[in-house]
Amino acid sequence: MSELHWQVGRGELWQIKGDNGAGKTSLLRAIVGLAGQSIEGHLSVISEFLFLGHKTGVKSDFTALENLRFQLGSTNDHDPSSLLDALGQVGLADYSDEFAYQMSAGQQRRIALARLFLSEQPLWLLDEPLTAIDVDGVGLIESLIAQQVRRGGTVIYTSHQPLKVELSTRTLHLRGRGLSPYVS
Amino acid sequence: MSHSVLGKVVMRQLLLAYRRPAAVLNPLFFYGVVVLLMPLGLGPKQAVLSEFAPGLLWITALLAALLSAEIVFRSDYDDGGLEQLVVSGDSMYLASLGYVIAHWCLTGLPLALVSPVFAQLLSLPAQGLPALVISLTLGTLILSAFGCLGTSLTVALRRGGMLLSLLLLPLEVPVLILGSGIVTRAVNGMPIEALISILAGLALLAIALTPLAIGASIKISLEV
Repeated sequence: MSELHWQVGRGELWQIKGDNGAGKTSLLRAIVGLAGQSIEGHLSVISEFLFLGHKTGVKSDFTALENLRFQLGSTNDHDPSSLLDALGQVGLADYSDEFAYQMSAGQQRRIALARLFLSEQPLWLLDEPLTAIDVDGVGLIESLIAQQVRRGGTVIYTSHQPLKVELSTRTLHLRGRGLSPYVS
Repeated sequence: MSHSVLGKVVMRQLLLAYRRPAAVLNPLFFYGVVVLLMPLGLGPKQAVLSEFAPGLLWITALLAALLSAEIVFRSDYDDGGLEQLVVSGDSMYLASLGYVIAHWCLTGLPLALVSPVFAQLLSLPAQGLPALVISLTLGTLILSAFGCLGTSLTVALRRGGMLLSLLLLPLEVPVLILGSGIVTRAVNGMPIEALISILAGLALLAIALTPLAIGASIKISLEV
Protein backbone atom coordinates (compact mmCIF):
# COMPACT_ATOMS: atom_id res chain seq x y z
CA MET A 1 0.00 0.00 0.00
CA SER A 2 1.15 3.57 -0.45
CA GLU A 3 0.44 7.07 0.85
CA LEU A 4 -1.31 6.19 4.06
CA HIS A 5 -1.90 9.21 6.28
CA TRP A 6 -3.80 8.01 9.29
CA GLN A 7 -4.24 9.28 12.82
CA VAL A 8 -6.15 7.45 15.53
CA GLY A 9 -7.17 9.12 18.77
CA ARG A 10 -8.33 7.96 22.18
CA GLY A 11 -11.82 6.54 22.49
CA GLU A 12 -12.11 5.72 18.81
CA LEU A 13 -13.27 2.53 17.16
CA TRP A 14 -11.72 1.73 13.80
CA GLN A 15 -12.38 -1.01 11.32
CA ILE A 16 -9.69 -1.80 8.77
CA LYS A 17 -11.41 -3.13 5.70
CA GLY A 18 -10.19 -4.48 2.42
CA ASP A 19 -10.12 -7.43 0.06
CA ASN A 20 -8.04 -10.49 0.78
CA GLY A 21 -4.40 -9.56 0.36
CA ALA A 22 -5.08 -5.83 0.60
CA GLY A 23 -2.75 -5.54 3.57
CA LYS A 24 -5.01 -5.48 6.64
CA THR A 25 -2.89 -7.88 8.66
CA SER A 26 0.34 -6.35 7.34
CA LEU A 27 -0.81 -2.92 8.51
CA LEU A 28 -1.62 -4.20 11.99
CA ARG A 29 1.74 -5.98 12.15
CA ALA A 30 3.45 -2.75 11.09
CA ILE A 31 1.66 -0.87 13.87
CA VAL A 32 2.81 -3.33 16.54
CA GLY A 33 6.36 -3.36 15.21
CA LEU A 34 6.43 -6.69 13.37
CA ALA A 35 7.05 -5.26 9.91
CA GLY A 36 10.73 -4.48 10.32
CA GLN A 37 12.23 -2.33 7.60
CA SER A 38 9.41 -2.90 5.14
CA ILE A 39 7.73 0.44 5.86
CA GLU A 40 8.92 3.88 4.91
CA GLY A 41 7.77 7.01 6.67
CA HIS A 42 6.77 7.86 10.20
CA LEU A 43 4.86 5.56 12.53
CA SER A 44 4.17 6.52 16.11
CA VAL A 45 2.23 4.23 18.44
CA ILE A 46 1.77 4.25 22.20
CA SER A 47 3.69 1.50 23.91
CA GLU A 48 0.79 0.04 25.88
CA PHE A 49 -1.33 -2.04 23.58
CA LEU A 50 -2.81 -5.47 23.30
CA PHE A 51 -2.41 -7.31 20.01
CA LEU A 52 -4.40 -10.36 19.04
CA GLY A 53 -3.26 -11.72 15.71
CA HIS A 54 -4.34 -14.65 13.56
CA LYS A 55 -2.08 -16.80 15.67
CA THR A 56 -3.29 -16.50 19.21
CA GLY A 57 -0.47 -18.04 21.21
CA VAL A 58 -2.79 -20.67 22.68
CA LYS A 59 -0.83 -23.80 23.56
CA SER A 60 -2.60 -27.05 22.83
CA ASP A 61 -0.79 -28.87 25.67
CA PHE A 62 -1.93 -26.36 28.27
CA THR A 63 -5.31 -26.21 29.92
CA ALA A 64 -7.43 -23.12 29.37
CA LEU A 65 -6.34 -21.77 32.76
CA GLU A 66 -2.66 -22.51 32.16
CA ASN A 67 -2.89 -20.79 28.80
CA LEU A 68 -3.89 -17.57 30.53
CA ARG A 69 -1.37 -18.05 33.33
CA PHE A 70 1.59 -18.76 31.10
CA GLN A 71 0.64 -16.52 28.17
CA LEU A 72 3.80 -15.02 26.77
CA GLY A 73 3.74 -11.27 26.63
CA SER A 74 1.29 -10.87 29.46
CA THR A 75 3.28 -8.72 31.84
CA ASN A 76 0.80 -8.60 34.67
CA ASP A 77 0.49 -11.45 37.09
CA HIS A 78 -3.14 -12.14 37.76
CA ASP A 79 -4.49 -14.17 40.65
CA PRO A 80 -6.21 -17.44 39.74
CA SER A 81 -9.66 -16.11 40.59
CA SER A 82 -9.37 -13.28 38.06
CA LEU A 83 -8.14 -15.76 35.43
CA LEU A 84 -11.12 -18.02 36.15
CA ASP A 85 -13.39 -15.00 36.01
CA ALA A 86 -11.99 -14.07 32.59
CA LEU A 87 -12.60 -17.60 31.34
CA GLY A 88 -16.13 -17.40 32.70
CA GLN A 89 -16.68 -14.15 30.81
CA VAL A 90 -15.90 -15.90 27.52
CA GLY A 91 -18.10 -18.87 28.34
CA LEU A 92 -15.35 -21.27 29.35
CA ALA A 93 -16.02 -21.45 33.09
CA ASP A 94 -16.54 -25.20 32.91
CA TYR A 95 -13.52 -25.75 30.70
CA SER A 96 -10.77 -24.18 32.79
CA ASP A 97 -9.05 -27.53 33.35
CA GLU A 98 -9.63 -28.85 29.85
CA PHE A 99 -6.63 -29.05 27.55
CA ALA A 100 -6.77 -26.76 24.56
CA TYR A 101 -6.26 -29.71 22.19
CA GLN A 102 -9.58 -31.08 23.46
CA MET A 103 -11.36 -27.89 22.45
CA SER A 104 -12.73 -26.63 19.17
CA ALA A 105 -11.04 -23.86 17.20
CA GLY A 106 -13.70 -21.44 18.40
CA GLN A 107 -13.13 -22.34 22.05
CA GLN A 108 -9.39 -21.93 21.60
CA ARG A 109 -10.07 -18.51 20.12
CA ARG A 110 -12.16 -17.71 23.19
CA ILE A 111 -9.21 -18.54 25.44
CA ALA A 112 -7.21 -15.90 23.58
CA LEU A 113 -10.09 -13.45 23.80
CA ALA A 114 -10.23 -13.95 27.58
CA ARG A 115 -7.07 -11.84 27.63
CA LEU A 116 -9.23 -8.87 26.71
CA PHE A 117 -10.98 -9.17 30.07
CA LEU A 118 -7.63 -9.05 31.84
CA SER A 119 -6.29 -6.23 29.71
CA GLU A 120 -5.61 -2.79 31.07
CA GLN A 121 -4.00 -1.53 27.88
CA PRO A 122 -5.68 1.52 26.33
CA LEU A 123 -5.21 0.32 22.75
CA TRP A 124 -6.44 -2.98 21.36
CA LEU A 125 -5.38 -4.20 17.94
CA LEU A 126 -7.46 -7.18 16.88
CA ASP A 127 -6.86 -9.09 13.68
CA GLU A 128 -10.09 -10.77 12.52
CA PRO A 129 -11.38 -11.13 16.09
CA LEU A 130 -14.56 -12.88 14.99
CA THR A 131 -12.84 -15.78 13.20
CA ALA A 132 -14.30 -19.15 14.27
CA ILE A 133 -16.51 -17.49 16.88
CA ASP A 134 -20.17 -18.49 17.17
CA VAL A 135 -23.09 -16.05 17.38
CA ASP A 136 -23.02 -15.78 21.19
CA GLY A 137 -19.31 -15.20 21.11
CA VAL A 138 -19.65 -12.44 18.53
CA GLY A 139 -22.12 -10.63 20.79
CA LEU A 140 -19.71 -11.03 23.69
CA ILE A 141 -16.82 -9.55 21.76
CA GLU A 142 -18.95 -6.68 20.50
CA SER A 143 -20.03 -5.75 24.01
CA LEU A 144 -16.48 -6.03 25.28
CA ILE A 145 -15.16 -3.74 22.55
CA ALA A 146 -17.97 -1.26 23.20
CA GLN A 147 -16.99 -1.19 26.90
CA GLN A 148 -13.38 -0.56 26.02
CA VAL A 149 -14.25 2.37 23.77
CA ARG A 150 -16.74 3.86 26.25
CA ARG A 151 -14.11 3.97 28.96
CA GLY A 152 -11.80 5.91 26.67
CA GLY A 153 -9.86 3.08 25.11
CA THR A 154 -9.20 2.67 21.43
CA VAL A 155 -9.92 -0.40 19.34
CA ILE A 156 -8.63 -1.09 15.84
CA TYR A 157 -9.80 -4.30 14.24
CA THR A 158 -9.62 -5.91 10.86
CA SER A 159 -12.73 -7.55 9.51
CA HIS A 160 -14.78 -7.84 6.38
CA GLN A 161 -17.92 -7.24 8.42
CA PRO A 162 -18.42 -4.28 10.78
CA LEU A 163 -19.16 -5.03 14.41
CA LYS A 164 -22.72 -4.39 15.54
CA VAL A 165 -22.06 -1.83 18.24
CA GLU A 166 -23.96 1.34 19.04
CA LEU A 167 -20.88 3.45 18.57
CA SER A 168 -19.63 5.42 15.66
CA THR A 169 -17.13 3.33 13.79
CA ARG A 170 -14.64 4.81 11.41
CA THR A 171 -13.34 2.71 8.60
CA LEU A 172 -9.99 2.60 6.89
CA HIS A 173 -10.42 1.12 3.44
CA LEU A 174 -7.40 -0.62 1.98
CA ARG A 175 -7.59 -0.95 -1.77
CA GLY A 176 -4.63 -3.11 -2.57
CA ARG A 177 -1.39 -2.69 -4.40
CA GLY A 178 -0.59 0.82 -5.58
CA LEU A 179 -3.87 2.42 -4.51
CA SER A 180 -4.04 4.83 -1.61
CA PRO A 181 -6.20 3.83 1.35
CA TYR A 182 -9.04 6.17 2.30
CA VAL A 183 -11.05 6.83 5.44
CA SER A 184 -14.83 6.92 5.80
CA MET B 1 7.71 -6.91 36.08
CA SER B 2 10.62 -7.95 33.93
CA HIS B 3 11.95 -10.44 36.42
CA SER B 4 8.71 -12.41 36.11
CA VAL B 5 9.29 -12.89 32.37
CA LEU B 6 12.34 -15.02 33.09
CA GLY B 7 10.48 -17.15 35.62
CA LYS B 8 7.41 -17.42 33.43
CA VAL B 9 9.37 -18.62 30.40
CA VAL B 10 11.30 -21.19 32.46
CA MET B 11 8.13 -22.45 34.17
CA ARG B 12 6.14 -22.76 30.97
CA GLN B 13 8.95 -24.55 29.13
CA LEU B 14 9.32 -27.02 32.00
CA LEU B 15 5.56 -27.58 32.11
CA LEU B 16 5.45 -28.08 28.34
CA ALA B 17 8.26 -30.62 28.61
CA TYR B 18 6.34 -32.43 31.34
CA ARG B 19 3.36 -32.59 29.00
CA ARG B 20 5.53 -33.69 26.08
CA PRO B 21 8.19 -35.88 27.72
CA ALA B 22 9.45 -37.13 24.35
CA ALA B 23 11.14 -33.77 23.83
CA VAL B 24 13.25 -34.39 26.95
CA LEU B 25 13.73 -38.10 26.54
CA ASN B 26 14.76 -38.05 22.87
CA PRO B 27 18.25 -36.56 23.42
CA LEU B 28 18.84 -38.90 26.36
CA PHE B 29 17.64 -41.85 24.32
CA PHE B 30 19.88 -40.79 21.44
CA TYR B 31 22.84 -40.44 23.82
CA GLY B 32 22.21 -43.85 25.31
CA VAL B 33 21.73 -45.64 22.00
CA VAL B 34 24.84 -44.16 20.40
CA VAL B 35 26.99 -44.97 23.44
CA LEU B 36 25.56 -48.49 23.54
CA LEU B 37 26.44 -48.98 19.89
CA MET B 38 30.02 -47.81 20.30
CA PRO B 39 31.38 -51.06 21.79
CA LEU B 40 29.70 -52.93 18.95
CA GLY B 41 31.42 -50.75 16.38
CA LEU B 42 34.80 -50.40 18.04
CA GLY B 43 35.02 -53.86 19.53
CA PRO B 44 34.88 -54.93 23.18
CA LYS B 45 38.53 -54.23 24.07
CA GLN B 46 38.49 -52.09 27.22
CA ALA B 47 41.78 -50.38 26.39
CA VAL B 48 40.45 -49.13 23.05
CA LEU B 49 37.11 -48.05 24.48
CA SER B 50 38.59 -46.23 27.46
CA GLU B 51 41.06 -44.41 25.21
CA PHE B 52 38.29 -43.07 22.98
CA ALA B 53 35.66 -42.70 25.73
CA PRO B 54 36.18 -38.97 26.55
CA GLY B 55 35.88 -37.93 22.92
CA LEU B 56 33.01 -40.29 22.15
CA LEU B 57 30.99 -39.22 25.18
CA TRP B 58 31.48 -35.56 24.35
CA ILE B 59 30.74 -35.94 20.62
CA THR B 60 27.54 -37.79 21.46
CA ALA B 61 26.56 -35.08 23.95
CA LEU B 62 27.16 -32.40 21.33
CA LEU B 63 25.03 -34.21 18.75
CA ALA B 64 22.28 -34.79 21.32
CA ALA B 65 22.28 -31.06 22.13
CA LEU B 66 22.14 -30.27 18.42
CA LEU B 67 19.23 -32.65 18.00
CA SER B 68 17.22 -30.98 20.74
CA ALA B 69 18.02 -27.39 19.76
CA GLU B 70 15.84 -27.31 16.67
CA ILE B 71 12.56 -27.45 18.55
CA VAL B 72 13.23 -24.77 21.18
CA PHE B 73 11.20 -21.98 19.57
CA ARG B 74 9.24 -24.05 17.04
CA SER B 75 5.87 -24.35 18.78
CA ASP B 76 5.96 -20.77 20.10
CA TYR B 77 6.67 -19.58 16.58
CA ASP B 78 3.93 -21.70 15.05
CA ASP B 79 1.20 -20.77 17.51
CA GLY B 80 2.03 -17.06 17.77
CA GLY B 81 3.48 -17.10 21.27
CA LEU B 82 6.72 -15.49 20.10
CA GLU B 83 4.74 -12.70 18.41
CA GLN B 84 2.94 -11.99 21.67
CA LEU B 85 6.26 -11.93 23.49
CA VAL B 86 7.91 -9.53 21.05
CA VAL B 87 5.05 -7.03 20.87
CA SER B 88 4.51 -7.06 24.63
CA GLY B 89 7.54 -4.93 25.34
CA ASP B 90 8.78 -7.44 27.92
CA SER B 91 12.52 -7.83 28.20
CA MET B 92 13.60 -10.04 25.30
CA TYR B 93 16.92 -10.49 27.06
CA LEU B 94 15.33 -12.10 30.10
CA ALA B 95 12.86 -14.10 28.03
CA SER B 96 15.71 -15.43 25.88
CA LEU B 97 17.72 -16.23 28.99
CA GLY B 98 14.67 -18.16 30.22
CA TYR B 99 14.64 -20.25 27.05
CA VAL B 100 18.35 -21.03 27.43
CA ILE B 101 18.03 -22.01 31.09
CA ALA B 102 14.96 -24.15 30.43
CA HIS B 103 16.66 -25.90 27.50
CA TRP B 104 19.70 -26.66 29.61
CA CYS B 105 17.58 -27.95 32.51
CA LEU B 106 15.74 -30.26 30.12
CA THR B 107 18.63 -31.55 28.02
CA GLY B 108 22.17 -30.71 29.15
CA LEU B 109 21.75 -31.14 32.89
CA PRO B 110 20.05 -34.56 32.76
CA LEU B 111 22.57 -35.67 30.18
CA ALA B 112 25.46 -34.63 32.44
CA LEU B 113 23.89 -36.38 35.41
CA VAL B 114 23.37 -39.71 33.63
CA SER B 115 26.70 -39.59 31.81
CA PRO B 116 28.59 -41.66 34.46
CA VAL B 117 26.24 -44.57 33.74
CA PHE B 118 26.98 -44.44 30.02
CA ALA B 119 30.67 -43.82 30.71
CA GLN B 120 30.79 -47.25 32.36
CA LEU B 121 29.70 -48.79 29.06
CA LEU B 122 32.77 -47.27 27.42
CA SER B 123 35.05 -48.30 30.30
CA LEU B 124 35.96 -44.72 31.20
CA PRO B 125 38.32 -44.93 34.20
CA ALA B 126 36.73 -43.85 37.48
CA GLN B 127 39.08 -40.88 37.91
CA GLY B 128 37.54 -39.33 34.77
CA LEU B 129 33.94 -39.44 35.99
CA PRO B 130 33.89 -36.22 38.07
CA ALA B 131 35.60 -34.36 35.23
CA LEU B 132 33.04 -35.78 32.76
CA VAL B 133 30.08 -34.63 34.87
CA ILE B 134 31.53 -31.17 35.57
CA SER B 135 32.65 -30.57 31.99
CA LEU B 136 29.31 -31.70 30.57
CA THR B 137 27.38 -29.60 33.11
CA LEU B 138 29.27 -26.47 32.09
CA GLY B 139 29.71 -27.37 28.44
CA THR B 140 26.06 -28.20 27.78
CA LEU B 141 25.17 -24.77 29.17
CA ILE B 142 27.23 -23.27 26.36
CA LEU B 143 25.71 -25.70 23.86
CA SER B 144 22.20 -24.69 24.99
CA ALA B 145 23.05 -21.01 24.62
CA PHE B 146 24.46 -21.53 21.11
CA GLY B 147 21.61 -23.89 20.24
CA CYS B 148 18.99 -21.31 21.18
CA LEU B 149 20.89 -18.67 19.21
CA GLY B 150 21.02 -20.84 16.09
CA THR B 151 17.36 -21.79 16.38
CA SER B 152 16.28 -18.19 16.84
CA LEU B 153 17.96 -17.42 13.51
CA THR B 154 16.40 -20.31 11.62
CA VAL B 155 12.98 -20.67 13.25
CA ALA B 156 11.20 -18.89 10.39
CA LEU B 157 12.76 -21.15 7.77
CA ARG B 158 10.75 -24.17 6.74
CA ARG B 159 13.75 -26.47 6.47
CA GLY B 160 16.32 -24.85 8.68
CA GLY B 161 17.78 -28.04 10.14
CA MET B 162 20.79 -28.25 7.83
CA LEU B 163 21.49 -24.52 8.15
CA LEU B 164 21.23 -24.85 11.92
CA SER B 165 23.90 -27.55 11.93
CA LEU B 166 26.17 -25.46 9.71
CA LEU B 167 25.72 -22.47 11.99
CA LEU B 168 26.22 -24.30 15.24
CA LEU B 169 29.00 -26.77 14.59
CA PRO B 170 31.79 -24.17 14.16
CA LEU B 171 30.68 -22.53 17.41
CA GLU B 172 30.42 -25.78 19.30
CA VAL B 173 33.60 -27.52 18.17
CA PRO B 174 35.85 -25.49 20.56
CA VAL B 175 33.58 -26.53 23.43
CA LEU B 176 33.93 -30.14 22.33
CA ILE B 177 37.72 -29.89 22.22
CA LEU B 178 37.88 -28.23 25.61
CA GLY B 179 35.37 -30.59 27.23
CA SER B 180 36.88 -33.83 25.97
CA GLY B 181 40.34 -32.45 26.77
CA ILE B 182 39.34 -31.95 30.38
CA VAL B 183 38.13 -35.55 30.69
CA THR B 184 41.25 -36.93 28.97
CA ARG B 185 43.53 -34.97 31.28
CA ALA B 186 41.60 -36.18 34.33
CA VAL B 187 41.89 -39.79 33.14
CA ASN B 188 45.65 -39.30 32.76
CA GLY B 189 45.92 -37.82 36.25
CA MET B 190 46.78 -34.33 35.05
CA PRO B 191 45.42 -31.14 36.69
CA ILE B 192 42.18 -29.84 35.19
CA GLU B 193 41.34 -26.88 37.40
CA ALA B 194 42.53 -24.27 34.91
CA LEU B 195 40.58 -25.78 32.02
CA ILE B 196 37.47 -26.12 34.19
CA SER B 197 37.82 -22.43 35.06
CA ILE B 198 38.06 -21.51 31.38
CA LEU B 199 34.99 -23.62 30.56
CA ALA B 200 33.08 -22.04 33.45
CA GLY B 201 34.08 -18.59 32.24
CA LEU B 202 32.93 -19.40 28.72
CA ALA B 203 29.64 -20.73 30.10
CA LEU B 204 29.06 -17.50 32.03
CA LEU B 205 29.93 -15.44 28.97
CA ALA B 206 27.60 -17.50 26.81
CA ILE B 207 24.58 -17.16 29.08
CA ALA B 208 25.29 -13.47 29.64
CA LEU B 209 25.75 -12.47 25.99
CA THR B 210 23.79 -14.87 23.78
CA PRO B 211 20.35 -13.75 25.09
CA LEU B 212 21.08 -10.32 23.56
CA ALA B 213 21.57 -11.92 20.15
CA ILE B 214 18.72 -14.40 20.61
CA GLY B 215 16.23 -11.61 21.37
CA ALA B 216 17.31 -9.64 18.31
CA SER B 217 17.22 -12.76 16.12
CA ILE B 218 13.69 -13.64 17.21
CA LYS B 219 12.52 -10.16 16.27
CA ILE B 220 14.17 -10.42 12.86
CA SER B 221 12.70 -13.88 12.29
CA LEU B 222 9.20 -12.58 12.99
CA GLU B 223 9.61 -9.70 10.58
CA VAL B 224 9.93 -12.01 7.60
